[in-house]
Amino acid sequence: MMDMLITILSGLSIAIGVVALLIGSLGLIRLPDVFCRIHAVGMIDTAGASFIILGMIIHQGFSLVSVKLLLIGIFLFFTSPIATHAVAQVAHKMGVKPVGRDLVKKSPAKRAGKNTARNKTGKTASAASEKGKS
Amino acid sequence: MMMIVAMIACAVCLVLALVRTALGPTAFDRVLAVNAMGTLVILGIALHGFVMGRPEFVDIALLYAILNFIGTFAVLKIFSTGSLGDKSAGSK
Repeated sequence: MMDMLITILSGLSIAIGVVALLIGSLGLIRLPDVFCRIHAVGMIDTAGASFIILGMIIHQGFSLVSVKLLLIGIFLFFTSPIATHAVAQVAHKMGVKPVGRDLVKKSPAKRAGKNTARNKTGKTASAASEKGKS
Repeated sequence: MMMIVAMIACAVCLVLALVRTALGPTAFDRVLAVNAMGTLVILGIALHGFVMGRPEFVDIALLYAILNFIGTFAVLKIFSTGSLGDKSAGSK
């Protein structure tokens, strides 16, 4: 009975991890931008890896191997957000533009009028809309 | 049984990340995809150890986790500053 329960729990946990892995790598293929793909890689690194390692720990029981697996899990849980944050920071520093910038620029510029339509960022457009409010 | 399925899923995800590595428009896409491939390789090594009945492979997976982190940061530092910190190699 206990054996069956352990098998079911570890299989369920590994199944959740596999689904997260597949969703993450599909997002890595399909999303349009570096800054969007970072979300997908975060899905792989946190949800997928954590659930699969949890499933292996449940399968193993308490031993030295499960302690090492827990060590891998903790290490991945703390270092992969740091790595993806560093990727985003360096990409922003080297001048990679996010794709959604055009969407943000168009919608307030139409509301504020054609004078601010050529502005680079959304800041002046939002300031103009605040002016219009006051 | 479930672990064999997870190994196959790791292989499929590795292929997808390899496609993104091949056709990523910027270098940062490639760094990101290689980082994800490192995580998938860690999971694949650990699962392989469990499937083959030798869980000592977890040590190698731990080593890969550390090397993946260090390698990503080394490549990113080369991209951002042009050197790995030594003055003679980086400055012209």
